[in-house]
Amino acid sequence: MRTLVIAEHDKAQLASATLGAITAASRFGGEVDVLVAGDACDAVVAHASTVQFVTRVLKAEASYYGDGTAENIAVLVQRLASGGAYRAVLAGASSFGKGLTPRVAALLDVAPLSEVIAIEAPGRYRRPIYAGNVIVTVESDQPVDVLTVRGTAFDAAADGVGSAAVERIEAADDQGLARVTGREISKSERPELGSAAIVVSGGRGLGSGENYKRLLEPLADTLGAALGASRAAVDAGFVPNDYQVGQTGKIVAPALYIAVGISGAIQHLAGMKDSKVIVAINKDPEAPIFKVADYGLVGDLFEAVPALTGQLAAR
Amino acid sequence: MKILVPVKRVVDYNVKVRVKSDNSGVELSGVKMSINPFDEIAVEEAVRLREAGKATEVIAVSCGGAASQETLRTALAMGADRAILVEADVELQPLAVAKLLRAVAEREQPRMVICGKQAIDDDANQTGQMLAALLGWSQATFASRLLVDGDAGIQVTREVDGGLEMVAVKLPAVVSADLRLNEPRYASLPNIMKAKKKPLDIVTAAELGVDVTPRLRHTHYAEPPARKGGIKVADVSELVRKLCDEAKAI
Repeated sequence: MRTLVIAEHDKAQLASATLGAITAASRFGGEVDVLVAGDACDAVVAHASTVQFVTRVLKAEASYYGDGTAENIAVLVQRLASGGAYRAVLAGASSFGKGLTPRVAALLDVAPLSEVIAIEAPGRYRRPIYAGNVIVTVESDQPVDVLTVRGTAFDAAADGVGSAAVERIEAADDQGLARVTGREISKSERPELGSAAIVVSGGRGLGSGENYKRLLEPLADTLGAALGASRAAVDAGFVPNDYQVGQTGKIVAPALYIAVGISGAIQHLAGMKDSKVIVAINKDPEAPIFKVADYGLVGDLFEAVPALTGQLAAR
Repeated sequence: MKILVPVKRVVDYNVKVRVKSDNSGVELSGVKMSINPFDEIAVEEAVRLREAGKATEVIAVSCGGAASQETLRTALAMGADRAILVEADVELQPLAVAKLLRAVAEREQPRMVICGKQAIDDDANQTGQMLAALLGWSQATFASRLLVDGDAGIQVTREVDGGLEMVAVKLPAVVSADLRLNEPRYASLPNIMKAKKKPLDIVTAAELGVDVTPRLRHTHYAEPPARKGGIKVADVSELVRKLCDEAKAI
C-alpha cells in the first residue's frame, strides 16, 4: 500500500505543509514516495531524502516546473498514480495543495478529499465542513484517494533522520497553459503563521494599519510570535492577505493565540479554535470571541496591549 | 466572449448549523438558504467585465434541486443575462458538478468560467480546479484581481499562502474568485423584477449524459468537541500571572 506525497518547496527545502502530509501518508502503513518536481531542485531532493517515513524520492526536473503551476504538475502526478501504483496521493492543505489536488483527482476520475484532519483507516477519513462547525466522516472505496491534509492535525515529520533512495523520473510535457509573472511574498523574520507556537492576531478594533503595527509588533517580538489578523483587518487594508486566519484564510492551532480587537465571527473561529490557549482582548464583553477564550480581558486594547508587552518583557 | 458562472445554493453564512440527532447529516429544514458568497463575487466580476465591454454575455448555471432557481434569480438580478438550471434531486458531489459543468461548457462554449473558490457548506474548494482539468483548460485559483488581455489570455493576481502571485494564463480558463476580487453589488428592486423575466432554462443531468453517482459516502456527522468556557481576568497583571504561572503558555 504505497502512497505518494506531492512536495511543495521553495527550491531549498520542503514546506512545513509537506512534512505534515508525509506524517499523514505514513498512517496508511505502507511505503511513502515523495515527488519533487522543480527546476534545479537538488537541495529539496536532498532534504526530502532525510525525512522520517520517506522511502523514495522521485525527482522530476524541468524548467517549467520552476513555477509550480497546477497544470503542469497535475499531468505528471496523473501519469505516476494511474494504474494502481498508489493507494493515496497526498499534499498539504496549502494554497499549492488546494490548487493542485482537485486537478489531479479529476484527471484520475476520483473524488478528492479536502483538508483531512484524521485518517481512521485507508478509505476512512474525517474532515471539517461548515467552517469547522461540523466534522464529517467520509468513506471511500476508490482505487486511489487524493487528499489534502491540515498541518494543524498532523505533526511535521522529522527531517535529518533518514536517507531515502532518490530516483530520477521523466518530466511530463509542458502544458503551456499558465506561467507565473511575479510574486509579492511577505518577508518576515517572524515564525511562519501556519506553524508558529504563539500567534498574535489583530482585528478591526485596532482601527488602522498603523495601530496594528505600533501595538502588535512589539508584543509579537517580545513573545517570538507570528502575526495574524481577522478578515475585517485584511479587508480594511491594515495588513496583507497572507495574515488572514479563518475559514478561507489560514488554519492555525498554536500553543497560544492572542486575539486583539477581534469580535470572533464563526469564520474567524474556524481558523483558530483548536489553539491550546486562547486569550481575547476586546472592549465588548458580549463579543463571541470570549466564548472560546480561556482568558478574556474586557477593556481598551490601546492601554492593555502596551501594558501586556511591558509586563511580559519585564518577566 | 461568453462567461459562464456556476452558482450554488448553500446555508446562509450567518446560520449556525446543527447536526441531526441521529448524526446522519446537517439540519436543513427551515434554515435560511442563500447564494454562496464566493459565487456572488464571481457573478459580480463577470457582470463588471460585460459592463466594461470585455464580455458579451454572462450565463449563470446552478446544479441542484428546483429551489436552486432562486439562486439563479439572484444572479440574474445582479446582472447575469440568462440562467441554466441543471436539475438533479440526488446529492451532487463536486466531481459530479464539475462533469455537469463541463457538459454545459461544451454546449455554451464560453471563453471563461468564473466560479467561487469554495462553497461555504462543504468547504471543498475543488469544483473549479476539476472543471479546468476535465476541459483541459488553464486555471487561475484564488483570484483577487483579474485583467483580460484581449481574447488570448488573462492576467490574474492570486492570493497564496505567502502573499500574492501574478499569473498569465491562456484562454479558455477557469478562474476561482477569492474574497477580495470585488465587493458584490446589492440587486436593486427594479433589477430583481427584471430578473424574473430573464430566460432560465432547465436541463437534467440525464439529458447531459452525465453519471452523477456519488463516489464518497458521508457516514457520520458530529459537532467538534466544544471548548470549555474560560474566565475573565480583571486586568493585565492577572492575565500575565495566569498565562505564565497557571497555563504555562509563555
